[in-house]
Parts: sequence; structure tokens; C-alpha cells
Amino acid sequence: MAVLKVTFTKTKRDKLAQVLWILNWISVVTGAILFSLGIFLKVEINKRGELMAGRDIQYVPNMLIAVGLIACAINFLGGKICYDCVDSTKFLRWKLIMLPYIVCTFFFTFCVLVGALMCYGMHWELEESLDMGLTQAMRFYKDTDTPGRCFLKHTVDMLQIEFQCCGNNGYKDWFQIQWISNRYLDMSKKEVVDRLRSNVEGKYLTDGVPYSCCNINSPRPCIQQQITNNSAHFNYEHQTEELNLWMKGCRQALLESFTHIMRSIGFTVLITWLFELSVLTGVRYLQTSLENVLRQGDPNSDSCGWLLENSLMETARTNMSIIKSLGKSNQINTEYHPTNCRFFYENVSK
Amino acid sequence: MPFMSVKFNLQKRVKLAQGLWMFYWLSVIVGISIFSLGIFFKIELRKRSEVMDNSESHLVPNLLILVGMLACGLNAFGGKMCHDALDPIKFSKMKPMLKPFMLLSCGFSMLLLLVALLCFLMQFSIYLTLAEGLKNTIRFYKDTDTPGRCFMKRTLDITQIEFRCCGNNNFRDWFEVQWISNRYLDMSNDVVKDRVLSNVEGKYLMDSVPFSCCNPGSPRPCIQHHLTNNSAHYDYDHRTEELNIWTRGCREAVFSYYSSIMTSIGVLIIITIILESMDVAGLKYLSTSLETMTDPENPECESEGWLLEKGFKETFADVLTKLKTLGRANQVQEGGDAPEVSPP
Repeated sequence: MAVLKVTFTKTKRDKLAQVLWILNWISVVTGAILFSLGIFLKVEINKRGELMAGRDIQYVPNMLIAVGLIACAINFLGGKICYDCVDSTKFLRWKLIMLPYIVCTFFFTFCVLVGALMCYGMHWELEESLDMGLTQAMRFYKDTDTPGRCFLKHTVDMLQIEFQCCGNNGYKDWFQIQWISNRYLDMSKKEVVDRLRSNVEGKYLTDGVPYSCCNINSPRPCIQQQITNNSAHFNYEHQTEELNLWMKGCRQALLESFTHIMRSIGFTVLITWLFELSVLTGVRYLQTSLENVLRQGDPNSDSCGWLLENSLMETARTNMSIIKSLGKSNQINTEYHPTNCRFFYENVSK
Repeated sequence: MPFMSVKFNLQKRVKLAQGLWMFYWLSVIVGISIFSLGIFFKIELRKRSEVMDNSESHLVPNLLILVGMLACGLNAFGGKMCHDALDPIKFSKMKPMLKPFMLLSCGFSMLLLLVALLCFLMQFSIYLTLAEGLKNTIRFYKDTDTPGRCFMKRTLDITQIEFRCCGNNNFRDWFEVQWISNRYLDMSNDVVKDRVLSNVEGKYLMDSVPFSCCNPGSPRPCIQHHLTNNSAHYDYDHRTEELNIWTRGCREAVFSYYSSIMTSIGVLIIITIILESMDVAGLKYLSTSLETMTDPENPECESEGWLLEKGFKETFADVLTKLKTLGRANQVQEGGDAPEVSPP
């Protein structure tokens, strides 16, 4: 019993071939879109490369790029096949290739689905990677004279300005690290020496933050130093002051931005997957109906098209036995093929 | 003697019509890009209208939008004409519209020339508006509680961060204004009182700049206050320090941005003028070659196309006489009847 059998007249077959040709070309365009989305994601991740440590999340954009390229190639071939299928003589050229092509494309659509799921699953790895990367970046903020870390200060400042955030979880993260280099500290001053001695690791810790944490929406000029000392500034209370500095942590801000990008890309890839699947279904119907036409002999007659010749269980069993007997060579298989739908129907009812 | 005449056979006429059709559609695309550039420029001006005192002139972007739409319409119509020209029935219907259309295209090219000139000249206006606007924005930076000026601080901070600039001419402009509001000054403090009393206008002036002047590329944390006091900071010399705050003035920075937009738009318009002239010339050749077919029934016959029927000087003289007789059309001669205007 065939799965989802449909009868095709000659005109219906021709129309199906034409429509599939157009749809395959649209799929080439969607493959190109996937490719460019992969490149866009790669560029975005590389832009923040200095702030992500540990995990390697490059596999997601690489997967998207590969899938996009393969989709373009497969659908280009599919378009060519469908274009030739209108003419039954040209179909003979492609007859042997079509079934392997359909099987390959079917497995390829799984890859597309895996790509889409990876986009959504990247969230957790990204969070860990950002956490570690930001902590490190803040620790090396002051090392503008160390090769390899010269521009970390610039990167962190631009990040805090652009994403309107401060520190890893909040601005208090800056209180726990020394972000002013020793080169700019006057070691002859008593106050500086006291501060350095006041903690175990000999770090110069203050309750101040870099200028990039300043909130541009604040009505008053930015208070960067002595943030927790209310008496140091006129008419200021740090517990209720919300507009002075950015309140959001940079990890959360970056994560939100990336999650938004990933969700949009994942959604696009899912739509592409559904589209590919529907094109594949159409190609399968075209293939089976054209093969039946060839068996019947008359190119203008009606023919049946189906997704699977027998039911799902029988097809699975047949394929398993084929795989088992692959080892045994020269075995002749006898399979009967129905010549028309009526024979097929009679066969089933027996 | 026709001016720049060319012989045409059927193949050449068909090729000319096809080539001209493509050129017209290329001109439509260029028209669309002029339209979108006009919208982009308008949005950019609006975004920063606060630093220009809301008094910037929107003449250029409005003209660009208008010209873009006109270009699209005219060139689409021209493309349609080229498409129909090779069909003799449609061509005969089209013939009376050809001369007015070509005159309209020439007039449109004149308009484009005017817009291109404006693109280059209005840059002066923007420069002056910016200078005045920035001066006022810096003065009202502290007035975040005055309606109408609440967001000047925010706008100026964003501008200084985005364009990497500080102050109007340079950072010293901030030393001459009070940019900290009195609401945040402790008037009971002696230091504050001294400073306020130290100048005629009673302003609280300091040698400090807002945080948005800070350069993130500086290797040391930003020094905003006591900029000219070397001893206030360790290992600091304000005369040689270049990386601490932005040294460029915002007027120069914002002006160079707008100037580059306007110059590129001007160049695009000049390219459009050249394209339009080529379109009109092509259309003239096509129409004359179709009109002078020796045997209208036989499409394969030869014909001649030209730019001007008579030589350049003769056509010019003809136009002058036409203009003169236009004035005398209703003048009553001594004979009593108005003289007839003879066709050129």
C-alpha cells in the first residue's frame, strides 16, 4: 500500500515540473541567504572575540556556512533535473540519479534541522563563555602596556558605551579589581600606599568606575569616583541613584543581543528547512510519477505518484534486507512493479 | 545640413531602441537611489537637529526627494516610449508627445543642475548653522530641568562620543561655560563660593570637561578635571598629552560628515545629468530615424537620424526669431490685421 498516492495527468506532471523548477531556484536563493547569515554570525562572534573565552562556538556559523553552500548546490542540481523532467526523453538521462539525489537531499534536510537547533542551543555555552571572557577582560583592563592586551581597555570601554552596561553583573564588579595601572599611581602619596596595603593582594581598590559606565541620560554630570560615599557629593544618595551609571551588567546585555540574533537566524533556518522538505516532497512525486509513465510506455497517459511504494514498515524492512544482502554479491532480486494504478489497487485488495 | 546625422537600417534601429530602453530603466534605478538618498539625508539632519538649534534648512533633502520621484516617472515613461517606438501604429500615436517630452527632459536636466549646485553651496549654510547651534547646546548643557532643553545634555554627549570630538572648536570651549547645574553645587562650600564670585557673570567655571570628551584609546583612565593643572595628576603634562580626551572640535567633525554626504549626492546628480542627456540624445535619434523612413510600409528600409535638423547656428537663430515673433503675435500692424506667425 503506497503512502499518500496521487494520480497525475500529463498536464499536471508538466505543471509540477515547472513549479518545482521555480521552487528549486527560490531554494538556491534561500541557500545563499543561509550562507550569508552564517557569515554574518561569524563576523559578529569575531567582533567580540576578545570578550569570549574558553568555549569555541565557531562551529555554529561554520555549520550554517557549509549548509548554505550545499543547499545552493543541491537545489541548483534539482532545478536542472526538474527543468529536464518536462520532456520524458530527457528524464531518461536523470532517471538513475534521481533516487540517490532524493535520498541525499532527505538526509541533508536533517542537517538543516540540526543547524536550526544548534542556533537555539548555543545560548548556554555563550553565557559561560561570556562570563569568563568578561571577567578576564576587566582584570586586564589596566594592562595597556602588555603586548596582546593593549587594546582590551578600548574594547571594554567601547562595549560599555555601545551596549549601555557596566561591569560583568553590575557596576560593583569594578570595585573588586584594580583597573588603574600602577604606572599612574603616585606611590609617594600616603593615601595610595595605605590603600595598597589595606588588602591581601596589594591591589589598589577604589569605589570608582571607568568613565564608560556613565549614563548619558543622567541629568547631572557623571559621578565616577567615591560612588558609595554620599557625603562626597552634594545632594547625592547612591542607594536611590539609578540614572548616574548604567545599571545593567555587560554579560546580560551581550547575551540578550546575541540571543536575539540567534533566534532570528534559527527561525529563518527553520523556515528554510520546511521549504526544502516541501520541495523534496514535490520532487519525489515527480520522480515516481515519471517512472510509472515510463513503465506504462505511453508518455501521455495518467500515472500514479507516491511518497513510498509500500507502507513505512515494509519499506524499512526491505531496506534493512537490502543492506544485509549488500555483502552477498550477484544476488538477483525479483520485485514486481505495478504497471498501472488499477493493477495496484487489485493487488492490494487481494 | 543636419547636425551629427547617422544612417540607420532596421537592425540598427532595433538595437538603438533596445539599448535606449535599458538606459531609461537604468535611469529609473538612479532616480530611486536619489529619492532614497534624499530620505536618508533628511533623517540624518533630523537626528541631529538639536545641535543645530532646530534651524537647519531642509531644502536640499526635500528637493532631492522631489527630483528622485520626477526622475522615476519621466524615465519610466521614456522607457515605455522606446518599447512602443518600433511598432508603427503605436509610434504614430506617440509622435505628438515626443517633442514636449524631450523639452520636459531638457528642463528636468536644468533642474538637476540647479540641485547639484545647491548640494555644493548649502554646505556653507550647514557650517554656519552648526557653529551657532553647538555654541548654544554647550551653553544649555546644564539645563536638564528646563522644558525644551531637557535632552541637550544627552544629545551633546551622544554627539561627542559618536563623532569623537569635544566642544565647538576644541575642548577649551568647556572651560568658558558653566556646564554643572547649580542644583548640584553645594553653595555652602567655600571653594564653590569663591569660584562663583571670581568672575563677573557669577558662573561656576572650571578647567574640566564632561565624560563624553574622554578618548577610550587612552592607555590611562580618563582625566576630566583639573586638565591644565599638571600637579593634580601623577605623571601628567597637559601640553604633550594627546590621547586623554578628543582634541578635535565637534563643529569640524559633524561638518565633515555632512559635507561628505552632500558631496557624494552632488556627484551622483552630475552622473544623472549625463545619463539624462544621453537618454534625450538617443530618443532624438530614434524618433528622427523612425520619422524619416523613406517607405513607411517597409520596415527594412534605410533612414537617417540626427540631433538637430539644421546646423547648430541655424537652429539657434531659428529659436531666437521664434521668441521674437512670440512677443509680436498680438501686436496690431498698420494694415489692421494681426500678422500671422509663420511656422519655422
